[in-house]
Amino acid sequence: MKIVSTIDTAQSLKPLQAGGVCCGPVLSTRGGPAMRSYPYNGRYPAWITGEINSAEGPVPVAATVLRPSEKFAHIRARVTNFRMRFSVEPGLYAVGSPDRSSDIFISANYKMSFDILRSSLHGMNAWILVLDTGGINVWCAAGKGTFGTDELVKRINSERISSLVDHRKVIVPQLGAPGVSAGQVKKSTGFHVLYGPVRASDIAGYVQSGYTASPEMRRMRFAVMDRLILTPMELNPAMKKLPYLIVVILLIFGLKPEGIFFRDALSGGVPFIAGAFGALFSGAFLAPALLPFIPFRSFALKGWVLSMAVFLLMINYVPLFMFESYYLTAIMLVFFPLLSSYLALQFTGASTYTNLSGVKKELKYGLPLYIGGTIIAVLLAAAYKIQEWGIL
Amino acid sequence: MKYLKETATLKYFPEKCTGCGRCGEVCPHNVFSMSRGKAVVAHRDRCMECGACAKNCDFGAISVDAGVGCAAAVINGILRGTEPSCDCGGSSGSACCC
Repeated sequence: MKIVSTIDTAQSLKPLQAGGVCCGPVLSTRGGPAMRSYPYNGRYPAWITGEINSAEGPVPVAATVLRPSEKFAHIRARVTNFRMRFSVEPGLYAVGSPDRSSDIFISANYKMSFDILRSSLHGMNAWILVLDTGGINVWCAAGKGTFGTDELVKRINSERISSLVDHRKVIVPQLGAPGVSAGQVKKSTGFHVLYGPVRASDIAGYVQSGYTASPEMRRMRFAVMDRLILTPMELNPAMKKLPYLIVVILLIFGLKPEGIFFRDALSGGVPFIAGAFGALFSGAFLAPALLPFIPFRSFALKGWVLSMAVFLLMINYVPLFMFESYYLTAIMLVFFPLLSSYLALQFTGASTYTNLSGVKKELKYGLPLYIGGTIIAVLLAAAYKIQEWGIL
Repeated sequence: MKYLKETATLKYFPEKCTGCGRCGEVCPHNVFSMSRGKAVVAHRDRCMECGACAKNCDFGAISVDAGVGCAAAVINGILRGTEPSCDCGGSSGSACCC
């Protein structure tokens, strides 16, 4: 017995990166030394309510009701870079009091993914196997392959799922499918991969209907709330870059043959600083919010058209933007809609229906226009200054 | 909502299809439908090139240049001279899509 454990330990120390290398020996051992990961080493965060004794040792039990502080953390993760360190430890968890016949749900170790799953399992008895995705959500991690066949196979083996339960199925979120080959998982572990619904909130219905998802459960949506919830992370990074643009605007307007004058910088710059905020708001908030209602399929065009409409209204109806110099009007109409267009194009990353080939195509035509438009705006600004100074 | 027309790199080889229906199950945009025991590409322009269908087709009947349709990732790739990359340098604190 002693010898067997030693061999087992030796096996466990082998590098695991070559997915599948670790499988055979570990599968066959039971009750050896703790190969299983033991999340948090027993020093649990508040959302762990206790432990359950499984055939393979103690498993932490996760609450299925989120506390207010956890819901607040979700908002933080939606709005700030807190999302980059919002994770749980990978490994096996329980909800309710699962037994050898209970379902196994696979999740990522982004805490938001895990929280949404466990709260959707309220009232059920189930196991949750959390993969190490580097704290990234299921969909994005599947795209990169970190939520993938290798990691799933590795976890099924290292957490000894085959001796934890009597059945041979794991429920993988459908949005994990880009990273997981169900056929290979079956071959490597004997476990059938069942793809659950896109949204965790449909899990109860999915299980009740005998592990079948309705076509509606299989479709990814992008409704107005889905889009709005993503806009803070569009606005936030754009806002961080805005000060650079404001400095450039102030310099352009403050610059005189005699030096830089703050009064001129402000009086001339204010409409353009307001315009910069407008362009940002239009591209990073209005365009995502109104996405399906703006003409064209291209995000770059959607962003440009919407912003152009906004700025045309402003130069015609808002006194602040009614310039005497045609140069200033031209700068505003050339530069800001392009800026909004660029920001709207960034939203392709958050959207649920754009594809890589399309985004490449948009950039192929878009980037030269963005660069060209910026050069034209700079030339117009130079022309405006020349006229202002009366050099010519 | 539909994205650009005729950009998706989705390729389907019906002669290899066994009609298991896995592609239709994993596709989040209902691109495939089943007809006479085989899959059919019913809505090509809805394809977002996530690659789930190709990855889960055990018979090699589907291929797609999978990737994430994210402008920031493509621009990252152009700047670094690499393939599109969502990897914003980890701890650099840059706020990226995924």
